[in-house]
Amino acid sequence: MRLSIRHITRYRFDEPVRGIVQSQKLWPAECANQRILSWEVTSHGGQTGAEFVDGAGDMIRLATWRGPLTELTVEVAGEVETSDLYGVLRDHRERVPASAYLRPTRQVEADAELKALSAVALKGMEEASALDRAHALSRAVSEAIAYKPGETKPHTTAAEALSGGVGVCQDHAHALISIAHVAEMPARYVTGYLQASEDGSPHEASHAWAEIWVPELGWVGFDAANKCCPDERYVRLGSGYDALDAAPIRGLVQGATPEEHLEVEVMVNAVQSGQQQQQ
Amino acid sequence: MSATKPAIFNEMLNGEQVRPPYQNLEKWYRSMPAELRSLKQSEAEALFRRVGITFAVYGEGGDPERLIPFDMFPRVMTAEEWRKLDRGVRQRAAALNAFLADVYDRREIIRAGKIPEHLVTNNEAFEKAAIGFRPPRGVFSHIVGVDLVRTGPDQFYVLEDNCRTPSGVSYMLQNREIMMRMFPQLFMESRIRPVDGYAGLLKKTLASVAPQKCQGEPNIVILTPGHFNSAYYEHSFLADLMGVELVEGQDLFVEGDFVWMKTTEGPKKVDVIYRRIDDAFIDPLCFRPDSMLGVPGLMSVYRSGGVTICSAPGAGVADDKAIYTFVPEMIRFYLGEEPILENVPTWQCAKQDDCKYVLENLSELVVKEVHGSGGYGMLVGPKSDKSTIESFAAKIRKNPDNYIAQPTLALSACPTFVEEGIAPRHVDLRPYCLVGETIELVPGGLTRVALTEGSLVVNSSQGGGVKDTWVLAE
Amino acid sequence: MLSRTAEHLYWMARYIERTETTARLLEVGARNALLPNATGGYRNDWEAVLQAKGTLEPFIEKYKDTNQRNIETWLFFDSDNPSSVYSCLSAARENARVVRTALTAPAWDAINTSFQELQQLHRTERSKLMVTDLCEWTLRSCQLIRGAIMSTQLRNDGYDFMGIGTTVERADNTARLIDVKYYVLLPSVNYVGSGLDQSQWALLLQSMTAQRAFNWSYQGEITAAKIAHLLILNRRFPRSLRACAQWYCEHLDNLAESYQTATAAQEVAHKLLDDLRAATVEDIFEEGLHEFLARFMSRNAEVATTVQEVYLSGLPA
Repeated sequence: MRLSIRHITRYRFDEPVRGIVQSQKLWPAECANQRILSWEVTSHGGQTGAEFVDGAGDMIRLATWRGPLTELTVEVAGEVETSDLYGVLRDHRERVPASAYLRPTRQVEADAELKALSAVALKGMEEASALDRAHALSRAVSEAIAYKPGETKPHTTAAEALSGGVGVCQDHAHALISIAHVAEMPARYVTGYLQASEDGSPHEASHAWAEIWVPELGWVGFDAANKCCPDERYVRLGSGYDALDAAPIRGLVQGATPEEHLEVEVMVNAVQSGQQQQQ
Repeated sequence: MSATKPAIFNEMLNGEQVRPPYQNLEKWYRSMPAELRSLKQSEAEALFRRVGITFAVYGEGGDPERLIPFDMFPRVMTAEEWRKLDRGVRQRAAALNAFLADVYDRREIIRAGKIPEHLVTNNEAFEKAAIGFRPPRGVFSHIVGVDLVRTGPDQFYVLEDNCRTPSGVSYMLQNREIMMRMFPQLFMESRIRPVDGYAGLLKKTLASVAPQKCQGEPNIVILTPGHFNSAYYEHSFLADLMGVELVEGQDLFVEGDFVWMKTTEGPKKVDVIYRRIDDAFIDPLCFRPDSMLGVPGLMSVYRSGGVTICSAPGAGVADDKAIYTFVPEMIRFYLGEEPILENVPTWQCAKQDDCKYVLENLSELVVKEVHGSGGYGMLVGPKSDKSTIESFAAKIRKNPDNYIAQPTLALSACPTFVEEGIAPRHVDLRPYCLVGETIELVPGGLTRVALTEGSLVVNSSQGGGVKDTWVLAE
Repeated sequence: MLSRTAEHLYWMARYIERTETTARLLEVGARNALLPNATGGYRNDWEAVLQAKGTLEPFIEKYKDTNQRNIETWLFFDSDNPSSVYSCLSAARENARVVRTALTAPAWDAINTSFQELQQLHRTERSKLMVTDLCEWTLRSCQLIRGAIMSTQLRNDGYDFMGIGTTVERADNTARLIDVKYYVLLPSVNYVGSGLDQSQWALLLQSMTAQRAFNWSYQGEITAAKIAHLLILNRRFPRSLRACAQWYCEHLDNLAESYQTATAAQEVAHKLLDDLRAATVEDIFEEGLHEFLARFMSRNAEVATTVQEVYLSGLPA
């Protein structure tokens, strides 16, 4: 499927700030699941600089703004040709060994409840394949945490989301990573875009899910929030230990930090074949 | 392996006889009247106080400008003894760096089955952010501090390696400076190899790892957490000796492809950062987001070759106590050589058999936390009472992976000034090996001494002192 | 040099100067309180003194009562008062400690020793301390520190930043001291001949150790115009506004020379100096002394802000 993406992030500050530094992880990597037809990231009014591809295969670029400024906008626009590989990430170039993704961070550290959830989900599955076990874990998270926006915060942990029983895609991903770690399966956080279907079933266009390491297949994506595996409606942007580590934009305001207002606008649309490509 | 109680090696006395390297010193001591001694001791203290060489202990509170006790009786090594240490330390520094370059790249040593994968990749000090980047000259750890102990005339053991930012070198330099000033005669009578070339070598080492994008003379800085840090004195001392700026995170910023420092003449590009802050704090956009000590965006510039960070982020995985056991294996694997310096036999509580042995023999062992430092969280079996041992055993049972154990080594003893004259006190040694274009090692190091009679803990945070360390010329 | 290093040196110098000013105010206030007033009691000028340092409100809040003992404590020892001798000298020493390698051993010694002595005083029983001794000790310490700096520091950019700090602060303090007493300098008829004006004038001169300077510089009877001239326009008097402006202009010129480029800082400073050179006492009285001083203080502050922006932020202006 050919998807066109437009993703605008706008920051507004109540008082002028001295400067901003951002580390942007906003470039989808080329792999069997997705071919990048065009992609452009614009940091309006900022200066872009040092860029590199990290061990996980994600490109990271630095952008800086010198103040005083009260507003800044980062705009992403591009087109991607996607394929449905049943959630399996294929031909993605990366160098981080899967075993590095067993580390508990603040947001995915398992408490007793998460440990119990993991154990219950895998009960009687000792002999099952890693793939089946991963599916069972994902199902368990879908059932334990109901999708409900506005109840959790960006810093909510997996444990908090589970005990509250509600959350958004970030919380589902964190909980799944956490219980996969309990089962000693490497797991990580993935950010990306999701095409919203007309019946409105997928929840967020700016999306996140989890990947679990299945030895015979490699990394396999699980979207517990939508009870499925990533298919051709998904564009994969980047990965990390958790939402913080994988964040598409990590930024820091220099000097005093006034109240910040964040607006994110994401549009993901299917491009009809034959339709003219932008640019 | 067994833990029997061996005899203590006295570095000055062989029975009643004075060993040759100490003969001059012994005469010096015998001819020094007691008044002169106390006069010199207070003179030394005043000198230390004046230069401001102080040490604060983390978490202890108290006087942040406390002095580390300086013992005037030097520790001596012959040219021959040093030759072996010199070769051994260089060899180790080379192997540790080869290991780091490997584990962040192809992981050959893991593929070859020499080190279990999880010990490396699941290690807290293993940095995902360092994978797939080769720092200039492939060097990760530019200053390797190797902690050595001696148990016999020819027997040295490596206690641990320090690959991140080993501290204490300012004491090595100041101890010598003060001894030369107070007892010039001694230096005329014995031919002692100088250590004052260290700062020049350090600067040369740092310059030799300037990033590709740097043209001309590299701009080197030392990055300190600030003047509240216990080692701040050392940071400013080294900056001063090398003639480079001592900066804090707030003095630096990233823009474009580079790191800049804020000067009164505007931004000035920085090429090499000798950082004295931990990985977790160097870049809030990559590591701990709440760090106020680092430079946001630093890792991007580093990984795109705009600046060199010394030691490289992730270097800590090589000096982890769980990895330590494998260093001899590394030497064989990367260098194809036999280790010149031995490791202390170590039991890993993570292994069931080892753990069982450790729990059964706690009263004879030294148990350490895998990630601990500075002598904290440590059990010295022979010096502990029953209840201490029991409560420690409970800690080990609860989290065995977190502990390793070693036999109580009979650390060599060196004459040390005490109230009544001199008495033997246990010592260790930390030489500082510099790794850049070449591997450099000044003849000497920091000798730490346990000032309490019978104590084996030499850490300055636990009542240890320091001594000047002499290597005699051929 | 690192902007932060320059900033610490600059503020160290400012705090040393501020320490001295507080001590001078305290001394004048204490002396003033020994003089009888017109209504049979003693004078109470303390409120004016506290106003000059902008600390009247927090003082009232903490102590309620403006008795002399409270005020002495507040101005000398109280760390809640940011302009107390204790606060200022501590801040000076803290700034110095951070950039110790930029200071010579004698300069650091002088600052550090003064601070240690101050802590000793802090621990001493108050009844054993005379306020005049405290003030004298402070003045002597500040002079010792400045002397050590002047006689041992390398004349590099760091020295210039210290010089700018000293003089910007001193100009501001002199202007404030005059402003507290501006009404006694007004050529108003009420005071003339009452004897009150004479003693108030003397006090003002005293607060800047300027009585002898006055006598050596001016002939004939003491007038308000002559005093105003001495404290504002006389380039020979080291605390006058003009002398201070001239002094920081010299330091700024040195910086422009060593950095081979002039900036907005040199511009605003020289403009201010030129205006002071051209001014006469008549102009000042015509504008209104208080208005003139307010305008000076804001222009002096502008010099400080510009130096901060141009040199101490580390970014190109």
